[in-house]
Amino acid sequence: MDIEPAFFETNPKAGSVGQPLDRVDGRAKVTGQAKYSAEYNNLPGLVHAVLKTSDVAKGRIQSIDISLAQKEPGVLAILTHQNLPKLAKTPNDPEGKKAIGAPMGFLPLTSDQVHYAGQPVAIVVADTLERAQHAAALVRVQIAAEKPLASYEDPKAELFDPQKVQDGKTDGHTVRGNPKAAFAAAPVQLTHTYTHAINHHNPMEPGATTAHWEAPDRLTVYESTQGVTRTQKALSNMLGLAAEQVRVVTKYLGGGFGCKGSTWPHTVLTVQAARAVGRPVKLSLTRPQMFTSMGHREDQTQTLKIGATKEGKLLALIHEKTSTTSPWDNYAEPNSRIINLLYNCPAFESTYQLARANVMTSTFMRAPGEAPGSFAIECSMDDLAYQVGLDPLQIRLLNYADKDYSTNKPWSSKSLKQCYARGAELFGWSKRNPKAGQTRDGNLLVGMGMATASYPVHNNQGTARVRLYADGHAVVQTGATDLGTGTYTVMTQVAADALWLTPDKVRFELGDTKLPTAPNSGGSVAAGTVSSSIYMAAQDVWQRLIKMAIQDKKSPLYRAKAADVMVENGRMMLKANKTKGEDYAALMKRNETTDIEGTGNGKYGAGYESGLAAGSADSGHQDDMAGHSMHSFGAHFCEVKVDPALGTVRVTRWVSVHAAGRILNAKTARSQIIGGSIFGIGCALMERTVRDENFARYTNASLADYHIPVSADIPDMQVEFIEEHDPYINAMGVKGIGEISMVGVAAAVANAVYHATGKRVRSLPITPDKILGATPV
Amino acid sequence: MNNFAYQQASKAKDATAIVRDDKQAAYIAGGTTLLDLMKANLEQHSQLVDINLLPFKGIEKTNDGLRIGAMERMSDVGEHPLVLQQFPAISESLLLAASPQLRNMASMGGNILQRTRCGYFRDPAFPCNKRVPGSGCPALQGDNHNLAILGTSEACIATSYPGDLSVALVAFDAVLTLENAKGKQRRVPITEFYLLPGTTPQKETVLEPGELIVAITVPAAAYTQRSTYLKVRERSSYAYALASAAVGLEVQNGTIRAARVALGGVGTQPWRSREAEQVLTGAPATEATFRAAAAAALRGAQPREHNRFKVELAQNTLVQALQKVVG
Repeated sequence: MDIEPAFFETNPKAGSVGQPLDRVDGRAKVTGQAKYSAEYNNLPGLVHAVLKTSDVAKGRIQSIDISLAQKEPGVLAILTHQNLPKLAKTPNDPEGKKAIGAPMGFLPLTSDQVHYAGQPVAIVVADTLERAQHAAALVRVQIAAEKPLASYEDPKAELFDPQKVQDGKTDGHTVRGNPKAAFAAAPVQLTHTYTHAINHHNPMEPGATTAHWEAPDRLTVYESTQGVTRTQKALSNMLGLAAEQVRVVTKYLGGGFGCKGSTWPHTVLTVQAARAVGRPVKLSLTRPQMFTSMGHREDQTQTLKIGATKEGKLLALIHEKTSTTSPWDNYAEPNSRIINLLYNCPAFESTYQLARANVMTSTFMRAPGEAPGSFAIECSMDDLAYQVGLDPLQIRLLNYADKDYSTNKPWSSKSLKQCYARGAELFGWSKRNPKAGQTRDGNLLVGMGMATASYPVHNNQGTARVRLYADGHAVVQTGATDLGTGTYTVMTQVAADALWLTPDKVRFELGDTKLPTAPNSGGSVAAGTVSSSIYMAAQDVWQRLIKMAIQDKKSPLYRAKAADVMVENGRMMLKANKTKGEDYAALMKRNETTDIEGTGNGKYGAGYESGLAAGSADSGHQDDMAGHSMHSFGAHFCEVKVDPALGTVRVTRWVSVHAAGRILNAKTARSQIIGGSIFGIGCALMERTVRDENFARYTNASLADYHIPVSADIPDMQVEFIEEHDPYINAMGVKGIGEISMVGVAAAVANAVYHATGKRVRSLPITPDKILGATPV
Repeated sequence: MNNFAYQQASKAKDATAIVRDDKQAAYIAGGTTLLDLMKANLEQHSQLVDINLLPFKGIEKTNDGLRIGAMERMSDVGEHPLVLQQFPAISESLLLAASPQLRNMASMGGNILQRTRCGYFRDPAFPCNKRVPGSGCPALQGDNHNLAILGTSEACIATSYPGDLSVALVAFDAVLTLENAKGKQRRVPITEFYLLPGTTPQKETVLEPGELIVAITVPAAAYTQRSTYLKVRERSSYAYALASAAVGLEVQNGTIRAARVALGGVGTQPWRSREAEQVLTGAPATEATFRAAAAAALRGAQPREHNRFKVELAQNTLVQALQKVVG
């Protein structure tokens, strides 16, 4: 059977929150005991599925000849649009899409239409992976191809103004103040256009599904997802089952970056295949399929107009974004959000334009909106600094937003000035030559650049269950997922502290819909929401123990008021007289109670100083989310060396300083900021998926040809945090750091390249051809 | 990937006979390029003949230079003291290629036969004259960012050999020893081994059916010792060259007596530039000379929409490489 790996081979003493506890799951991972979704190989009768995908980007399937494939040994089923079992709901209509929570308003294999290259047209199941692959290659698909549209840049593309983008979450048009007039009257006017290549998430672990129908009405799916609950909702709706009939398990995830935040077609196709063959079926996407199966960051152009005074004070910001979307959905990353709030600017306008093309729907990718949006605003602020003769850091301080001007709310906390100051100090910013193109190291041009980072604390909530045993152990459970960033570790620390245990006495379980519901690990919400729900659940345990004590005639606390009792080091005692009290173990043993269980609900906008966070105590406190704008902030500083003859850019020094509320683990947090910054350096210098203009098909769908940074591209990364106590955001005061780590990174690199060369590259990625000037930028 | 038979050959004659008689058969050594091609259904072989046991080994000094058995691994050759000291450009071309894992597996013979990274060739969903003769070349009007500007034809603009080693071998007049099914050997200068695409881009080398590369010889000269390989790419490791240069100079009293120049990443084959060598030979070893040589090397370049930068990049790469060997 499948054995849960043991945790804790390391330093449990460094356990309390904030300490750099080594990963509790580290040993399980490096020894291969950690079981990922495509590794449940002991399921009885497990067989393998392979997707057959469309070569062309547009057309109509005329015929699918499975006769050859069917004859191959070991082939169990071939599902196509002609024989896919009917689903209760599909995302093909808006109601179905909403109920499912689907990222894409189209499910392949439900019609003969082909809308994008790489679209699944058949799923082949065989007893071995190799036989399934071979059979899939023998399936002959005849498609009457039509000329596809590849992007908004195609002259035939029809641009339109969507009312809403990002599945209705963001307005297509926003105006604050009188931006057009303010821009027209501004003494300093800058208008610049930025372009962003298609990016793909490329987590190390590809999308994978293992579907097991344990009974005709009971399904278990081992899924590579950032959210088991969301997957459960999607599958139960599509299959017409109750939620509890579908169990979703994700014990380990090899990265997600947003592409595993939704349920994509391959998952339900695998489930249907498992139903068709009556055996557990496993499907693991190939690397090329990863480019056409789980979304991407869309190709886009942004034009940003900045109006300012001669001194550099912002007067107006006007932002326009044009991007490619799919035939069904109005998806665009909300770039305008960060541009609207990053600085003190009285007038703002944003407009989104979309064009439909033969592509799958793009999706959230690490810092969706904030990453490309910050590229535009932070490069333009750099331009403005040079234009008015200010240091890039000074221009940002001059326009510092002392409140959120986009909502007119005060910040719940903001330590950006400290991030700037500490970052500048660590980096040696004061040594920077104010003029561009002046610093050399032999043949190389040296440049220094910086940029601001910001990311919202998104509204979310989740639940957790804590069971404390009289013998001093605890089991802590929540249906969260660990993307590989350290959730297992930091939540163990939170639970240990809240229960006055050392971390090795805590077993933390996650990644299963059988456990209390937690939000998707996405949008940087997991650390804050999950830690708060665990903290609240632990408080619930203590309240129950206190109740037990004050009702127990043999307890020193008998007949005390609950409000008069406090807990310290696992001992309950009177606040007024700490000698009067007892240990929970003694109390539980006397009451013949082996364990006691509490539940907690971690909420957004329910800070640790408010009644909401304190659970059962005072509930008259106003919800803080109404009163405050909640964001994390940071600053990146970057040095590059550019070879002007070869066009190569190397990042040679890096400093990131962030303020993101309470930091749960100094080590995993540092690693996460380093990872996000490297993610951003990849986006800045090399990541680019090329969609052929005529075929609307990618030409570099592999990790050999889609470049992500290697170690040799990355210098020593210096990361620090500014300590921050935010009493409003949630019970643990945690803001989350998954996305902010990459916001502003591309701009910091581009600003350093400008400082090195005097050449402004506004087109990502900044590849040698653009430095050499042969490619328009 | 299709089903195939596998067998291990213990004698060269057995191996070459199989591959001569079965047009769908292929040799496998390190497998680092062949398996990629088969997994992507770009090549479909009926059988693979494993040649790893064949005795084509050795990295030796000969009377006039260097002899490398075709079965030697890239990492072993690249790190060999003889190669490091007397043929630095060859060593660098090997060690700057691929990743350590691949270099430990890949054979020298296999490296010479690696195939293009052109995205249209690598995906059977696209037309490609190299893969399916006559089907067309979408790269002409499409994504040609990484593709060739020298030696191109209307049928194909792929950098047919995308790697590094052969660029250095072409520069220094390496000779390949080929052995056929009769056990007969012939020697082919590597400058004549690769074919220009012309109207038949599917034909990439002069190898006859069943012929096997068994050895590489490189004559030693002053310029092989004073040589370097410079590679420019979009990331610092594990990436193919946008442009590269293998150069060697013999300089006396500031005058270039002999020069060897080849470019990678810009030609439809590893690109020997005798034009550049002509400019260099007899000229002073100055930047002006190097620039003139670089201009000569790229004369006749035919860039397209997305690879115009390669004209300048290749010239600058060559100039930097020459500056580096002059010191």
